[in-house]
Amino acid sequence: MPEHTFKLNGEQVTVDVQDEERVLWVLRDVLGVTGPKYGCGINVCKACTSHINGKAFNPCSVRIADVGADDEITTIEGLPATAGAELHPMQEAWLEHDVAQCGYCQPGQIMAAVAKVRQAREEGHEIRESDLDEIRNICRCGTYFRIREAIRTGEQNM
Amino acid sequence: MTSSADHHGGHFTLGRRRFLGFVLAAPTLVAAARLGIGEAEAAVPSNPQASEAYDLNDALTDAARPTANLITVQVNPDGSASFALPRAEVGQGITTAAAMLIAEEMDLPVDKVHVSLADARPELMFNQLTGGSNTMNAMYTPIRVAASIAKGRLLQAAAAELDDVSGTLTAREGLITSTTGAVLSYGDLAEKAAAQQDSTVETQLKPESEFRIVGKPQRRVDALAAVTGKKQFTTDLAVPDAKPTMLCRPPTINGSPGAVRNTAEVLEMPGVTDVVPISSGVAVRAETFGQCIDAVNALRVDWEPGPVEGQSDDSVLAELKAATPPMAVPEVPGAKSVDAEFAFAFVNGSALDTNAAVADVRPDRAEIWSSMKVPIVAKQEIARSLGLPQEAVRVHVTEGGGSFGRKLFHDAAAEAAEASQKMGKPVKLMWHRVDDCRQGRVHPMSFSRIRANFNDDGVLSFEQHHASVRTDFSHGLGEAVSQSVSRAPAGGVGLSESIFELTQNSPYNFGATKQLLTETHQSPEENQPRGTFNTSSVRNVYSPNVRCAQELVVDQLAEQFGEDPYEFRREHVKNDKLRTVLDKAAEVGEWGKSLPEGVAQGIAVHTEYKHATACLVEIDCRPETVNRPIRDGVTGPRVTRGVFVTIPGQVVVNPLGMEAMIQGGFLDGMAQALTASVHLVDGHVLEGSWDNFFYARQWNVPFDFQAVILPPDPQDQVAGAGEVGVAASFAAVACAYARATGEVPTTFPINHNGPLAFEPKPFVPPLPPSPTDGLRYTY
Repeated sequence: MPEHTFKLNGEQVTVDVQDEERVLWVLRDVLGVTGPKYGCGINVCKACTSHINGKAFNPCSVRIADVGADDEITTIEGLPATAGAELHPMQEAWLEHDVAQCGYCQPGQIMAAVAKVRQAREEGHEIRESDLDEIRNICRCGTYFRIREAIRTGEQNM
Repeated sequence: MTSSADHHGGHFTLGRRRFLGFVLAAPTLVAAARLGIGEAEAAVPSNPQASEAYDLNDALTDAARPTANLITVQVNPDGSASFALPRAEVGQGITTAAAMLIAEEMDLPVDKVHVSLADARPELMFNQLTGGSNTMNAMYTPIRVAASIAKGRLLQAAAAELDDVSGTLTAREGLITSTTGAVLSYGDLAEKAAAQQDSTVETQLKPESEFRIVGKPQRRVDALAAVTGKKQFTTDLAVPDAKPTMLCRPPTINGSPGAVRNTAEVLEMPGVTDVVPISSGVAVRAETFGQCIDAVNALRVDWEPGPVEGQSDDSVLAELKAATPPMAVPEVPGAKSVDAEFAFAFVNGSALDTNAAVADVRPDRAEIWSSMKVPIVAKQEIARSLGLPQEAVRVHVTEGGGSFGRKLFHDAAAEAAEASQKMGKPVKLMWHRVDDCRQGRVHPMSFSRIRANFNDDGVLSFEQHHASVRTDFSHGLGEAVSQSVSRAPAGGVGLSESIFELTQNSPYNFGATKQLLTETHQSPEENQPRGTFNTSSVRNVYSPNVRCAQELVVDQLAEQFGEDPYEFRREHVKNDKLRTVLDKAAEVGEWGKSLPEGVAQGIAVHTEYKHATACLVEIDCRPETVNRPIRDGVTGPRVTRGVFVTIPGQVVVNPLGMEAMIQGGFLDGMAQALTASVHLVDGHVLEGSWDNFFYARQWNVPFDFQAVILPPDPQDQVAGAGEVGVAASFAAVACAYARATGEVPTTFPINHNGPLAFEPKPFVPPLPPSPTDGLRYTY
């Protein structure tokens, strides 16, 4: 099988998998990195949201062959290190607002939130209601209200 | 329930009632209590409407009472306490609430209490069923008794250790201190307080007036694990050699596999280790789930049709209408009537964590891991189907990523066990989302017919005939209720009717009131597993639909009397609690304020799960809002504001947890009113993803929502929170929509009969191919 190498949460990793394998299964089934969750497999529910080179993406919909040796993937497990802290400010905000219920979608929600704040910053504005409306991550428990509050708190501390 | 104090378990009115419990022989201190203690005794009220006095919670609690089995609190050498909760945590926060109760009674910090989920324990009988928002109602006293005994025993051990006969030792934060300043930690005493043999112990519970933890907002005990990705769900477990496994499922609901045409070819595909037909499809085991998806789609299978082949929304609705008996109340001379009919579509019951289970079946034993709310039934049925004795099957309850009725059943565990046995290998079986939508359990379609007779003096009668596709209660809730149902006023009627009687009522004084349930799809063949539609309660069995229909008629009655909907309700609610929550909702939500055309408020009440609730919403139905564009999403009317008020029973263990459940329940009710349904066409469910089934998304969420939890009613029992938010919210949204548009909707969700908002995915092959264009959508 072909070898694929990329940066994962700050470390270079090499895996022996088929080119076609989607990154989500490389992370979960091959590397045992289970923070990104399966919720649909077709880039709809966003439960697997992680970062590639600092931007939000959904590894269920990317072939490992399309990830290069210089690409850096960050999952929820590697998020705190990007802020040089025990917890990323967005995770702290999540705790402050007691956002999670079952918790299944929350790693993806937090990764989406961090990317959304970065995106708003690049565009030169703070998070607006319309930005929050664009977040597609499903939360079947209905924690959406607290997610909105936590993103505003996290934004202040990022 | 009745209001006599000792009838109530006495923990409020007679706060110092004594309870019996046990210390058990063990290396460290283990204190125990019987489940079922402290709960109200069965009362058979004479009230014409059963559920007002004796409801589903009472039935579940009563069903559990005869079980003489124990829950235990163990004190560990490090000073912490451990408790295995015989319930399923699926996001509702019961591990946090249980930890709070133990911490309170033991005087320990909450983070020193470790709550895990108990394996299936058949000796607990019906007392290991998570449903009907019953956990806190049933567990409140037993958990406290066990914890209280543990603390008493620690104090005794400390007194012996310190030669203290003064009786003035105090326990605080896991430390026991004497008046002379000597300090011992619970850890120091864990072994010294241990018992050599089992014995019965009497204890008194801490008066609720001294609570320092219970009743105060407490963040979830698993919050850190959740936000760091460390919280483990079924598919995250690393059970040796339990490789990814998926099913190739039939194109129509509950079809079954015939010949598999290309097994050898699929076995050659990358990573695939096994291809084995089982009852519900063809199981594929591979190194990764990605390989499973490809292999499932490569399989060529001859399918046998399912039991609902050919049925569609229209045919099922026609069946429901035909099954609804005509109104029984005769026309009253000189009276007028409001007649109304409402249809409620099937609703997807998927959790975000799809049905999943790990199974390791050996010739002489089996081990199963899954999120299950009725693990005893799973253990018994899986043992039977594997041909193993019950004791040879270990069933572990994992944390669930949501439930919504799904986890009352062990569908994935049964499939995993069958696949593992046939393959002779451990499996980690997971449902693909498309299967979860199309073959997973749904809230049944229903139809409600209402007639209200009135004259100038008032409303004379209110009659509701509700017909529903059978709700599957085979998970054992049924047995629990049917066992106690002979003690309820509904005694002697069928199971579904019993549950209906125990949960449904009209909160209004509308003269002669009658409600009747009829269920279709109840033939002996249909009552077999996979014998008809796959249904479950999906967060509140009947109430959301039943109450939505009622409240829409209430608004029509108010209009007939020329009265304001809020004032009309105020005058007609049956009790002061409902009037109080109604007033509060109107006050907080500014009922009657001036709003632009196309924007309106709606208000509704509901009583269930030991709560009196009211909900007020404001909805914007103006074209610029309804038609706002969202890619692959349904927009429609937007609820811009929500207020939900409750008076819960007796005590709120964790107000923060209850508020979270109310928020989630509100969104559920809102979505069921506006956008959330599945379409049945020719034996297929068309919806196959979250961009087909439109549960609430961020772009549907109100900008302003307030949950108001008023002081609990000490005369009522401990309230549950899991489902309480749904019914009043659904009804209030429907009423608001009718007032904003001037048209009373007759089908729910309101967009169900509109143009389909998505392109249905193919049915063969069963799964959509995994996309490859994810890098085009980065942000």
